[in-house]
Amino acid sequence: MDIFDLIGPIMVGPSSSHTAGAVRIGLVSRKLLGEPPVEAELYLYGSFADTGLGHGTDKALIAGLLGMEPDDERIPHSFEYAEKAGLEFSFGVTELRAAHPNSVLLKLRGKSGAELEIVGASVGGGRIQIRRLGGMELCFTAEQPTLIVKNEDQPGSVADVSRVLAQQGINIGTFQVNRDGRGGCAVMVIECDAPIRQDVVNTISNLPGILGAVCIN
Amino acid sequence: MVFYSVKQLLQVAEQRALPLWKLILDASAEESGISPEQSWGMMSQRLQAMRQADSSYDPAQRSKSGLSGGDGEKMRLQVESGRSICGDFIGAVLSAALRMGECNACMHCIVAAPTAGACGVLPAVLLPYGEKYGLKDDALIRALYISAGFGAVIAQRASISGAEAGCQAEIGSASAMAAAALVYLHGGDNEQMANAVAIALKNMMGLVCDPVAGLVEVPCVKRNAAGAMNALTAAELALAGIGSHIPADEVIDAMRAVGEVLPSSLRETGRGGIAASPTAQAFREQFFGKGK
Repeated sequence: MDIFDLIGPIMVGPSSSHTAGAVRIGLVSRKLLGEPPVEAELYLYGSFADTGLGHGTDKALIAGLLGMEPDDERIPHSFEYAEKAGLEFSFGVTELRAAHPNSVLLKLRGKSGAELEIVGASVGGGRIQIRRLGGMELCFTAEQPTLIVKNEDQPGSVADVSRVLAQQGINIGTFQVNRDGRGGCAVMVIECDAPIRQDVVNTISNLPGILGAVCIN
Repeated sequence: MVFYSVKQLLQVAEQRALPLWKLILDASAEESGISPEQSWGMMSQRLQAMRQADSSYDPAQRSKSGLSGGDGEKMRLQVESGRSICGDFIGAVLSAALRMGECNACMHCIVAAPTAGACGVLPAVLLPYGEKYGLKDDALIRALYISAGFGAVIAQRASISGAEAGCQAEIGSASAMAAAALVYLHGGDNEQMANAVAIALKNMMGLVCDPVAGLVEVPCVKRNAAGAMNALTAAELALAGIGSHIPADEVIDAMRAVGEVLPSSLRETGRGGIAASPTAQAFREQFFGKGK
């Protein structure tokens, strides 16, 4: 237990799960998209849908998408900042199968056309989990430096990626691999003990069979 | 080093002949892989953030639901008028607790301690106490380490989440953390801090988490005031040399056990307790019905 989870976090209220966690889901989603979003459809589920309005969950999610941290005093006014930043958004509610009660589905389009679908869950105390990414079920917290790699499902991809990390002296803490089917698309989620530099991400992106890589430090 | 019991925390402090706050600082910094100086800086930031939150209070502001706002100011005016039962210091504590709870409900930047819903308790006792005795920030930061150390044991052995163990785990834990900090600041020893933690938690045992419409407002804001008062009570008793017949660790375990048998309707679902009252139900219907 980190003592700064007991005295802290410093955050915009009123709820660590429904406000601070929602900001983090937005922020991590922006990083996963890899560029500022210009269009966002957000679908709330469970307690987010039931009580989000009174907790500012909507403002918090948009604040995160704009790149704000959970202690940013602009969070209550994020809708106005979204207009200035050219981010168009809409909210709806949805039913998600086997989802955490505080979940949101985000459909994002970025400045240069990148598109991404994400399901994020706020699991308490401001902690979050990304549960779905681009149609792939997975689970990571984005608390450690995390590398997400999309690749063709073929032999050697995992070895190639881990070799690059090893050459850079980056230790892997956890490693998840998932795929949509044999020989289709696969996603690696690699939590590391040290930040991953952009040039390392670029090297990995250029490996054969790798469709894209993004990191959250 | 992680501490699983108050007993162990006090024993190690004695073995190493370290002040308790210093042991908590060193052990937690080592655990997180940061230097003690970095840790001190972060704790100092949190104290400043508490002050900033307190001064961000706007008596005219209301939360989106309309349920919160203005009460901290009413309390302050009551003290100022000289008509308060409790007098200046306790009046200031009550007002500070309400102000912080209302700041949280109105989406101000606050310091969760240990949670956002209970963010009013610690600053409500620390800031007025520091002012009353003219303390430097260093003393208040050391007191925050004391709070965090006991809070960490509560989190390890039981819970600090209302959804898991009810309000006893949120306002109750905050109150126990604040009580230990007060004993420290007032010159009490480690044993007395442990007694204050035990007494504070016992007085809040069984408190349910029953937020109206699921919002961190009613009864949460006023419970911050109650939690702060309870911290003063527990610290005052402990400082008088009054012990807890039941050791702190056993009280924490009892709180956990009580949390485990609380039905989910009384664990932050907004379905039981005060939240189930006819007035609360009608409010929920009106507020969320309108919003959807």
